[in-house]
Amino acid sequence: MKRLAQCTFLAGLLLASAALVQAQGGGVTFERLLDAAAEPHNWLTYSGGYHSNRHTALDRITPDNVDDLEVRWVFQAQSLQVFQTTPLVVDGVMYLTEPPNTVVALDAALGRVFWRYEYTPAPTSRPCCGRVNRGLAILGDTLYMGTIDAQLIAIDTVSGKPIWKTAVGDPEDGHALTLAPLIVKDKVIVGIAGGEFGIRGFISAYDAETGEEVWKFYTIPGPGEPGHETWENDAWRTGGAPAWLTGSYDAQADLVYWGTGNPGPDWNPAQRPGDNLYSSSVVALDPDTGELAWHFQFTPNDPYDYDSVQVPVLVDYPAQGGGTLPLMFWANRNGFFYVLDRTTGRFINGQPYVFLNWAEGLDDAGRPVMTPQPPGATTYPGVQGGTNWYSPSYSPSTRLFYLSAWEAYGSRFIPQEAEYERGRIFLGGLPAPDDPDNVIPGLQRGVINNWTEAAGTGAVIALDPATGEERWKYEMTDVTSSGVLTTATDVLFTGGREGYFHALDAREGNLLWKATLGGMIANGPISYAVDGEQFVAVAAGNGLFVFALRE
Amino acid sequence: MEERRFGRRLVLASVLAAAGALAASGTALAQQEHVGQYSQADINFGMSLYGDNCVSCHGPGGDGVDGVNLRSGQFRAASSDYELEQIISNGIPDTAMLPGNYNEAELAGLVAYLRMMGSLDASDATIGDAARGEALYNGKGDCASCHRIGGAGSRTGPDLSDIANYRTAGAMSGTLVDPTEAMVPINRTVRIVAGDGTRYEGRRLNEDTYTVQIVDENERLVSLVKADLREYEILTESSMPSYADTLTEQERADVLAYLLTLKGVG
Repeated sequence: MKRLAQCTFLAGLLLASAALVQAQGGGVTFERLLDAAAEPHNWLTYSGGYHSNRHTALDRITPDNVDDLEVRWVFQAQSLQVFQTTPLVVDGVMYLTEPPNTVVALDAALGRVFWRYEYTPAPTSRPCCGRVNRGLAILGDTLYMGTIDAQLIAIDTVSGKPIWKTAVGDPEDGHALTLAPLIVKDKVIVGIAGGEFGIRGFISAYDAETGEEVWKFYTIPGPGEPGHETWENDAWRTGGAPAWLTGSYDAQADLVYWGTGNPGPDWNPAQRPGDNLYSSSVVALDPDTGELAWHFQFTPNDPYDYDSVQVPVLVDYPAQGGGTLPLMFWANRNGFFYVLDRTTGRFINGQPYVFLNWAEGLDDAGRPVMTPQPPGATTYPGVQGGTNWYSPSYSPSTRLFYLSAWEAYGSRFIPQEAEYERGRIFLGGLPAPDDPDNVIPGLQRGVINNWTEAAGTGAVIALDPATGEERWKYEMTDVTSSGVLTTATDVLFTGGREGYFHALDAREGNLLWKATLGGMIANGPISYAVDGEQFVAVAAGNGLFVFALRE
Repeated sequence: MEERRFGRRLVLASVLAAAGALAASGTALAQQEHVGQYSQADINFGMSLYGDNCVSCHGPGGDGVDGVNLRSGQFRAASSDYELEQIISNGIPDTAMLPGNYNEAELAGLVAYLRMMGSLDASDATIGDAARGEALYNGKGDCASCHRIGGAGSRTGPDLSDIANYRTAGAMSGTLVDPTEAMVPINRTVRIVAGDGTRYEGRRLNEDTYTVQIVDENERLVSLVKADLREYEILTESSMPSYADTLTEQERADVLAYLLTLKGVG
């Protein structure tokens, strides 16, 4: 038998520092997830920590040197679907999802690939709004991904091979998973998508070891359960209320918070009289049992598809007399910014952050005083909302809350009777554009901004949570689907549909730096460090772009 | 600099030489082109698949369908192995020949069996038992000390959770007897001494001009810049032991039967 000789080469003296990457086999424990702030070089959960502030303590990049950022590496996805993912970074290894359901492990400093796992979703999968995925969760040395055919898959961090797969829902019912799962203790928590298909929404938890279902919380209470009376007919069976975005967790209260989506059919509330709990709400659940602790409904009997599918931002906010208050900040798709007590769900304050006319205000309990517009008139904000699922950020340094908003943007809602048929679109009408000659901004369009200011404009808004007032605003010509990241040095990173990646001064809102990435940014930027060097990563178009300071 | 460039050329040369050695020994593709060169493991696997999936229509002698005699080695709609695979996978429209969902190992087995059906002496076949094979995998074979299946076992060797989806029975059978000969080149072990003196030994996952990615002996993902390394060595001998002497032919067939059940979870 022919044997090849071993070959060796000796490299010369070291000239550059070693770019060494190691993933620890023992992995990411729940304790590490709880204390994610102690390891700012990593990005361990979708929102960068259980309180979902999207704020990094890394401080190498500052307003003074941000101009020295350069592209360090680019990863090109093999898919042309919208790249909505937030990567995870663990000890120098980045774990990334490519749409629809491919996972890639890369060297976070160099962008070279360790492995790639491609899951092929069932042909029956029918996510409403793109074959997208927003990211992964990690526990120990296992990654967790939800798929657009409503499966939950556990994947080995080192080999990239799936370990188990559990059916969370049935794609033929319109179920899908597009969110990054949330780990709490030894469980993997997900929320289902399918609010446009007449599903009955739910949030459910699975044993991280085995994939077995531990609990399932229906976001629409069944007969005999409290809240069922808010469905005055049989509409609860097909009432929607999906939960398609990752929630947050408060270890002190031991509660998981999750936003819920629109009731169905979307635009014909006459078919589903009542408040329609727990649609367009936030629910607080016991992570061990899925039991409801409290709920707060932002938009009762929602006729506008004002999904409350935003990331709950949890802040221990300095109290006037000393100490902190356990608050939840929530810029809702309905155009109001809310402050809630997150231990009880009590409404504290609420203010519009964009122009709106569907309500004239909020009462003492936070319930909107609704002002339905006459048929044919324009309702503000429009169907995509004042904001949407785009991750906001809270900076403990500036004590400001930052969000991506759509301004001067409305729709004319036209209700129609809809008949439920399993797995078929169940919308109950349509949202027409404000101007009949115009279009409604959807999820994607070409490279020319033919929507223009007539359809609406985008902005990053800085709110003072103490008052709900706007501190500054950075306006963009086109609307934006980007998340926001803030740093300890008061740099704010965000993007937009125009394909610019911006760095703003988080205190004043001035533009510090921008890069032209040539594709829509529809995800939240993250920051991490390898061997002390700080990186900023964001997906744009079909590429992931990673920046660091020029050496 | 000169030393480093010289070194890289050596590495490249070794890869090319290895590719040549593999081609000379006969790859799966070459086997397909020449009837008579199908591996016994593929033929055996194909025979059992035929019994489970084909025999009810085509009959034990291959002549159960009017006008079709599989033993003749002549196929109306297929001349190449590729075309045979297409028919097995996609079926023939408007006939009772339905599409079949088969992975890489199964297709290779079915084709090998169909090609050799006419000249086969079935009494030659050593058919394995998957349950016995699983016990051997975990016991006498000690395979889990290097390999992983479904989250259990070491990651130093390739994860076998879905090995049947992309390795044929013939290739796996060959690996059990002569691991070096059958080794996929990307899996070669590398020995590295980094600039700071840290030593790594592991299985190569990916490599380019400037960097290399491995899983090391501690099951960690490691990525290194070649210019920073003191030593970089690619071993062409597999670290897997041969089971030619330590397992009997029947035991190897049992292990193979077990491996052929490994199709992953998604």
